[in-house]
Amino acid sequence: MSWIDIGALDDIPQRGARVVKTLHGCVAVFRTHDDQVFAIDDRCPHKGGPLSEGIVHGHSVTCPLHGMVIGLTDGLAKGADEGAVATYPARVEKGRILLDAARLIRGRAA
Amino acid sequence: MKQKLVIIGAGMASGRVIEHILAQDPEGWEITAFNAEPRGNYNRIMLSPVLSGEKSYAEIVTHDDDFYAQHSITCRFGEAVVRIDRENKVVHSNTGSAAYDKLLIATGSAPFIIPVQGRDLPGVITYRDMDDTQAMIDASSQPNGKAVVIGGGLLGLEAAAGLALRGMDVTVIHLMGHLMERQLDPAAGYLLQKDLEARGIKVHCKGSTAAILGRDKVEGVLLEDNTGYEADLVCMAVGIRPETRLANDAHLEVARGIVVDDQLRTSDPDILAVGECVEHDSQLFGLVAPLYDQAKVAAATLLGQDAAFRPVQTATKLKVTGVDLFSAGDFTDAEDREDIVFRDPARGVYKRLVIENDRLIGAVMYGDTADGSWFFGLIKDGTDISDMRDTLIFGPAYQGGTSADPLAAVAALPLDAEICGCNGICKGTIVAAIEGGASTLADIKAKTKASASCGTCTGLVEQVLASTLGDDFKMPAAQPMCGCTDLTHEDVRRLIKARGLKSMPAVMQELGWKSSCGCSSCRPALNFYLLADWPEDYQDDAQSRFVNERNHANIQKDGTYSVVPRMWGGMTNPRELRAIADAAEKYAVPGVKVTGGQRIDLLGVRKEHLPHIWADLNQAGLVSGHAYAKGLRTVKTCVGTDFCRFGTQDSTGLGIKLEQRLWGAWTPHKVKLAVSGCPRNCAEATCKDVGIVCVDSGYEIGVGGAAGMDLKEVERLAKVATEAEAIDLTVAFVQLYRENARYLDRPYKWLAKVGLDWVQAQVVEDLANRAALIARFDLSQSIYQRDPWADRATPKAQADFAPLADLTQEAAE
Ligand SMILES: Cc1cc2nc3c(=O)[nH]c(=O)nc-3n(C[C@H](O)[C@H](O)[C@H](O)COP(=O)(O)OP(=O)(O)OC[C@H]3O[C@@H](n4cnc5c(N)ncnc54)[C@H](O)[C@@H]3O)c2cc1C
Ligand code: HEM
Ligand code: SF4
Ligand code: FES
Repeated sequence: MSWIDIGALDDIPQRGARVVKTLHGCVAVFRTHDDQVFAIDDRCPHKGGPLSEGIVHGHSVTCPLHGMVIGLTDGLAKGADEGAVATYPARVEKGRILLDAARLIRGRAA
Repeated sequence: MKQKLVIIGAGMASGRVIEHILAQDPEGWEITAFNAEPRGNYNRIMLSPVLSGEKSYAEIVTHDDDFYAQHSITCRFGEAVVRIDRENKVVHSNTGSAAYDKLLIATGSAPFIIPVQGRDLPGVITYRDMDDTQAMIDASSQPNGKAVVIGGGLLGLEAAAGLALRGMDVTVIHLMGHLMERQLDPAAGYLLQKDLEARGIKVHCKGSTAAILGRDKVEGVLLEDNTGYEADLVCMAVGIRPETRLANDAHLEVARGIVVDDQLRTSDPDILAVGECVEHDSQLFGLVAPLYDQAKVAAATLLGQDAAFRPVQTATKLKVTGVDLFSAGDFTDAEDREDIVFRDPARGVYKRLVIENDRLIGAVMYGDTADGSWFFGLIKDGTDISDMRDTLIFGPAYQGGTSADPLAAVAALPLDAEICGCNGICKGTIVAAIEGGASTLADIKAKTKASASCGTCTGLVEQVLASTLGDDFKMPAAQPMCGCTDLTHEDVRRLIKARGLKSMPAVMQELGWKSSCGCSSCRPALNFYLLADWPEDYQDDAQSRFVNERNHANIQKDGTYSVVPRMWGGMTNPRELRAIADAAEKYAVPGVKVTGGQRIDLLGVRKEHLPHIWADLNQAGLVSGHAYAKGLRTVKTCVGTDFCRFGTQDSTGLGIKLEQRLWGAWTPHKVKLAVSGCPRNCAEATCKDVGIVCVDSGYEIGVGGAAGMDLKEVERLAKVATEAEAIDLTVAFVQLYRENARYLDRPYKWLAKVGLDWVQAQVVEDLANRAALIARFDLSQSIYQRDPWADRATPKAQADFAPLADLTQEAAE
């Protein structure tokens, strides 16, 4: 693991998200109502909608474009829909958000 | 020879150590106890009943003078230790010293003082010991005194309740969104706040203290949001930190607390530490249960026995008489966890159990905590609960019962709660009619007129029938709002009004929501209902809005946005056009389009550019066109008498006036208007939500048109003679729609449900009602008519629209 400090927990509203730009595209970092953080690809498996702009409820997000619901812990589509997005380890320490960047930054052997 | 044991701090933990030593080896030790407080051991956690007057100080003393004398303990109370000399094994106070063989540090914690101006003023008190308690009791003796408690955790709320019982006017200021957020989830926090408010305690959440005001003594508290509260007493209860100064100075290992091993030894084997001042395995302690375990192990270590400290789970109860609250374990959501939620709004009961792998791992209870210790036992023991899962929430006594009553919310309504808003019929009248023989919806309509008008209360009337008649009434199946509730949109709207529910947790608790924080279907609807019904009380929740309304722009299929400046009544000028052209070039906007609503649309703007392009357009006097909003979109006009040879009235002028009055208002769905200057109808007014066609003798006002998936011509609401009346009717109609329609019903859909007759009665015929609707609309506008572009011209908003971090430049090590 190589944890990178990407910002303060308070930079993300509760039940909201912000994006982090990486060489592999944008990663959406969510903060849920219970102050946990989750990082998943910011591309809906349906038609690429920005999941970071969806409404966050419990540990799920509803895609803003056509309403697919994605689980934040496993990146899997819920209900009758199928599809998945990549998830990345993220955690909060002393009010800062740490993202495991092993798979996200240039040239690093994972 | 006796060993010398010196104790620093005669508190709750060291008191227990003394008891364990005396019990096992009464002759082996010569004990000296120092205490900064001028008294010996007392039960600190009972200070709250002393503050509230329910107990006296004498009743909470655990070790009195007799005890110390009988066991030959040297008491050096009122003498604080200032230095530990490890080399010579001596401790020093300012007036003397004592030599030790073994030293026990039990200095507890010090209250945290927020570093704001005025914190040193007389009248600012922390809540830790008997002196603080006495100071608060003294302050409360002055008549009509006002107290502000900073901190809505355990301590702060106990202080607040005690001060209120002593007759003070108390306000609690809490930084977070709900009270006791470390122990409670938002639903339980809401119930607690309600209970405290019922006792006359004011609660201000999300309040950050900016300064404590006063000249010679405290006079008030000022918050960052500029709210001010008068205060004769300020109790600061924002947290504690371990009292580690002595240990630090003596170069013992100290992290957040004094670091101890499993035997409670510090980095010096002759020095032990117990209580809130220690840190064990990176953990701090703030409740007595684990401290008592530490005391037992520390005594064993001193006596040369084997023992190891293992922290146990702790449970929390708030010691405020009449408030029942319990919380234990871990109650955060996670994927492999399941929730069991039980709500009984009538009794103000909320229970939530969190289950993981067939084990109970967390419990939050409010209102009825009788089963708390049973649940706590299940958590501690890791009992497999799969066999009793279905009835678990009902506690140990209840196995195999029926499920909760879905009609509870309505059954719980008091008899004077209004059910039918149109006719002012309350529940009691309906119940009386049922008792008088009415047994169907039609009977009720005939006898009481309830649900005979707009019909939105039909569901509630049926539930009153069902809860009064029981099995004799069959409920027709209604479409619930979403999976989180069995109530329909209409039911929820009525109940929000009838019961004065003014926040999302209030709605979810009182109406028995089945999920902990709603879903993407109910939250936007509730957010609208609450802001429409309680403009002055409710705080708009951006996170409960769809992306377009949260970002104030329409999201496009590639994740970019469109930007549409408002052009009042479709009018613009060269200066505005130039500003739009400049902005389009500056941000390389890929598409510029003229819309059907007589506006210019800049398509394909990147999110991070939005606040910047808005600021540029704002400079030229352009404001948001709300082309993304469930709110007023556009008022389309023709050129009317200004230029057209057929024009009968100033259609453009009326359109501009309407748009200026209505912009910024949130509505159940989008609202589009048009004004045409003559029946040739160049502005296509007859297919709008409100369309006005000017004629020689006045204005024809049509409502409920549509030209989308459905095509519908407007119905005639009224014909009026003056422009002022045309504006009044339009405003009143929009407000009636705001107050009554279900979320995402366009006016034509709503109109089909309630009927044009009813709407005409409300806004055309009943003049007093028309005036009241207009007044309520204007009140709401005084709060909500704000340009979101101007609000977001700050560096903070600009940063919020940009990525949180950019890892593309991050190099490999
Ligand atoms: C109002 C209130 C209500 C509470 N309610 C609960 C509850 O309901 N449940 C619960 O589990 N816990 C509760 N607590 C917390 C509980 O009281 C503490 O966890 C417990 O008292 C800590 O014990 P301790 O021995 O570590 O420290 P303390 O009991 O604080 O004792 C430390 C003593 O050391 C003295 N001291 C400090 N420095 C020096 C020095 N240099 N020289 C000499 N003496 C020194 C102090 O004066 C103090 O008397 C409450 C606390 C308060 C204040
Ligand atoms: C043709 C391409 C682009 C043009 C013409 C352009 C233009 C501009 C301009 C003029 C500003 C300054 C705004 C101001 O002064 O208020 C700006 C800011 C910004 N642009 Fe772009 N931009 C382009 C591409 C991009 C791209 C591709 C990105 C991101 C991937 C981007 C991200 C940003 C950000 C984050 C800011 C805000 C900087 C700050 O806060 O000061 N831009 N852009
Ligand atoms: S609606 Fe009548 S007044 Fe307006 S532009 Fe057309 S013809 Fe002229
Ligand atoms: S792109 Fe996410 S649901 Fe269609």
